[in-house]
Amino acid sequence: MKSLAELQAIKEKMKSKIVLREGSGEIRVVVGMATCGIAAGARPVLNAFVEEVNNAGLYDKVTVTQTGCVGLCQLEPIVEVYEAGKEKVTYVKMTSDKVKEVVEKHLKNGNIVTEYTVASVN
Amino acid sequence: MKELSLNILDITENSVKAKATLVEIAIEENDDILTIAVTDNGIGMTEQTLLSVTNPFYTTRTTRKVGLGIPLLKFAAEQTGGGIEIVSKHVYKYPKEHGTRIFAKFFKKHIDFTPLGDVISSIVTLVQGHPDVDFVFKHTHPQKNLSVLFDTREVREVLEGIPLDSFEILTWIKDNLTEQYAQGQ
Repeated sequence: MKSLAELQAIKEKMKSKIVLREGSGEIRVVVGMATCGIAAGARPVLNAFVEEVNNAGLYDKVTVTQTGCVGLCQLEPIVEVYEAGKEKVTYVKMTSDKVKEVVEKHLKNGNIVTEYTVASVN
Repeated sequence: MKELSLNILDITENSVKAKATLVEIAIEENDDILTIAVTDNGIGMTEQTLLSVTNPFYTTRTTRKVGLGIPLLKFAAEQTGGGIEIVSKHVYKYPKEHGTRIFAKFFKKHIDFTPLGDVISSIVTLVQGHPDVDFVFKHTHPQKNLSVLFDTREVREVLEGIPLDSFEILTWIKDNLTEQYAQGQ
């Protein structure tokens, strides 16, 4: 059973790690989670980002947050990537599969996945 | 919405936006009926707002002029022969015991009943997005011996300041809920 005792053990393990994490937030990934986003499939997209960022070991560098309606409901699920000193990148019609690619190519290696961005929609 | 769990996620976002510090999500089921109650201690709604929330052309958002959260829940309930009820106490009139309760009733055997879906994922998503808000989640189905209870206040007490949106904690929450559901069936 995933008991509170087990949670206690996880906490003890994390205590040492948490100090390292506090300088994080170099890159901010924002997922639109209003009615339009949720209906279009934002929940699995958000959870995929949380998981893939962790799997890629990027938790010191990347924070994943949620926001309301971005105003382009027909292009949901929408994900915005903010990085200090760079222009905002907006990914549209996201899926969990696309998330893997964005984490690997963009967040890890700095190469924007142009074919998923709002600029490619026309 | 393809799953009622997505409606739950969507409706609960309203509670958070209304500055709730505690939100209770309760699902009660038997073989015929499923009810969902979302109760928060947020700022509540005025009587005038309450009258307009089921209207799709009412919204608090500023990016466009329609709001579909509550209308979609209402539609999902009514198409099974059920419905929704909203009770709200606005902070101006009730400075001490303000908040909102949304109750939805569904008839499960109706052909237009939307399945509940991945409710665990919705709870994890809520905690990830709002690690400082407390959520209580209950799901009971006596005929299936199901009695799930999750309370972030208990988790918070153990964690002593470690944020609830840490990956390890979110994973623990997901596993805890998964195990509670497995015990029921």
